[in-house]
Amino acid sequence: MSLINSMSLISSKWRGTYTLFKKEVLRFWRVAFQTIASPVLTALLYLLIFSHVLADHVKVYDEVAYTAFLIPGLIMMSLLQNAFANSSSSLIQSKVMGNIVFILLTPLTHLQFFMALLGAAMIRGLVVGVAIYLVAIWFVDLPLVHFGWILTFALLGSALLGTFGIIAGIWADKFDQMAAFQNFVIMPLTFLSGVFYSIHSLPAFWQTVSRFNPFFYMIDGFRYGFFGKGDISPWFSLAVVSAFLFALAWGCLKMLKSGYKLRS
Amino acid sequence: MKQSAIKINGIHKRFGALHALKGIDLTIEQGEFFGLLGPNGAGKSTLINILAGLIKPTSGNASVMGFDVERQYQQARQLLGVVPQELVFDPFFNVREMLRFQAGYFGRGRENDAWVDEILEGLGLTDKAHTNMRRLSGGMKRRALIAQALAHKPPVIVLDEPTAGVDVELRQMLWEFIKKLNREGHTIILTTHYLEEAETLCKRVAMMKQGEIVALDSTENLLKQFAGKNLTVKFANVQLPASLMPMLKSREQNVYTLTLSEIGKIEFVLSELRLANAVIEDVQLNEAALEDVFLSLVGSGTVKAKETVTA
Repeated sequence: MSLINSMSLISSKWRGTYTLFKKEVLRFWRVAFQTIASPVLTALLYLLIFSHVLADHVKVYDEVAYTAFLIPGLIMMSLLQNAFANSSSSLIQSKVMGNIVFILLTPLTHLQFFMALLGAAMIRGLVVGVAIYLVAIWFVDLPLVHFGWILTFALLGSALLGTFGIIAGIWADKFDQMAAFQNFVIMPLTFLSGVFYSIHSLPAFWQTVSRFNPFFYMIDGFRYGFFGKGDISPWFSLAVVSAFLFALAWGCLKMLKSGYKLRS
Repeated sequence: MKQSAIKINGIHKRFGALHALKGIDLTIEQGEFFGLLGPNGAGKSTLINILAGLIKPTSGNASVMGFDVERQYQQARQLLGVVPQELVFDPFFNVREMLRFQAGYFGRGRENDAWVDEILEGLGLTDKAHTNMRRLSGGMKRRALIAQALAHKPPVIVLDEPTAGVDVELRQMLWEFIKKLNREGHTIILTTHYLEEAETLCKRVAMMKQGEIVALDSTENLLKQFAGKNLTVKFANVQLPASLMPMLKSREQNVYTLTLSEIGKIEFVLSELRLANAVIEDVQLNEAALEDVFLSLVGSGTVKAKETVTA
């Protein structure tokens, strides 16, 4: 009897988490033009303009064409930005609108809440990433050397930024603060991480600065999966990204458990 | 012994310098229709938010059906349905979707659909089941908000000012549905500004003032204890005799309303008026209202609030 009780408790908990996850996925899917199509178009415009202007001038890793080099960077950049945007905008919207109360009144634990929001953020990031890849390979011949690394960094990167988005969403009280977070933290970190260039083309000082940027490791590891070459070892990137993810997830769970800015 | 639906022991809540709740003790039994009344700022919503887990008490504890709202919050919340006071909604989904999600958070799946249909029908939302929340009128949004709190079929239901700004038709429909739920065994806790509503619906009432419970009894006892019957007499030819002045509750031109502490006093009033040679044009005997109790306990400063909401 107690086994049946425990089983039904587990299935009820699973259903709670799954419901919130499903709601979060549907939330961005309902406005897919804004949440999927628009970042894909932006990435393609970047690709079109940068590759057109720079293709004949820049060669990376000797034999990799600049256009091919650029695509994994753009995919990862969009994937990271959209994973962040999903969890952060969902939280700030429901906080400002007040409908977050519907979640706070439920028996969902802080871990269930975290998993559901993170899962949906990762799905949005991955869908955008896959969409850009599928459109880009129509135009550019892109190798795919280590699929395992591509998948690993896509999952870790979307999880890291999804977690970051939850933290920002809980912290921010208004849309203005969220926009500042996005424009003054996320954007510079992505643009200065080697999306558009190899850090080896930078002066020594800026190379050192780049090594303190976690986004650099996500993009470099991800790119390694396509070309089998990168600025540093993918194992090192894996270690750095995993460490960042664990630290952020730990901090985020602490915030959620304490009810910071959600329960007074 | 049956577990109490709600048990609150020595709850204090401070928001900085503000002492919002000053040691609340309250027990509500299963199946009760209970009213929590008080002027704005009395602490009703703070108390409800503590039960719902939205606010943590500074000290003291509270439980829902025996489960502590902090230590055993999962079980406590599973058994509680709260209708928030603010008219909030999720703009991305339609009514049925929202109700399915809400039930899903509590671990309920498609087997709950029959109950969702019952709520939709009971609240007159069946036609709007597939309408996006954004497109609903204010009254309809309020119904959807109530429906969401009921989606997981909680045995204890808390309605925080559910009829504020709601038209008469919806109020009637809502109360019929809530009364039906109460007959079926759900415990109902209601906070309202509409004292007539509390008087007709609630068997027992707590009145709050500045973070404290100032009265807690059955509605019937409170009426007996704090307010007698009201006698309204109309006469124009003389002044009200001095002997009747202590009973005067209100006066509008030549219509006098007197409070009778017991029905036998009617004889005294009429004989005093005869002695004064008053020519009586009209007489009405009315039951005292919960409002009279409320005013005598909470103070006349709240009359305005009440008049504003009923206007």
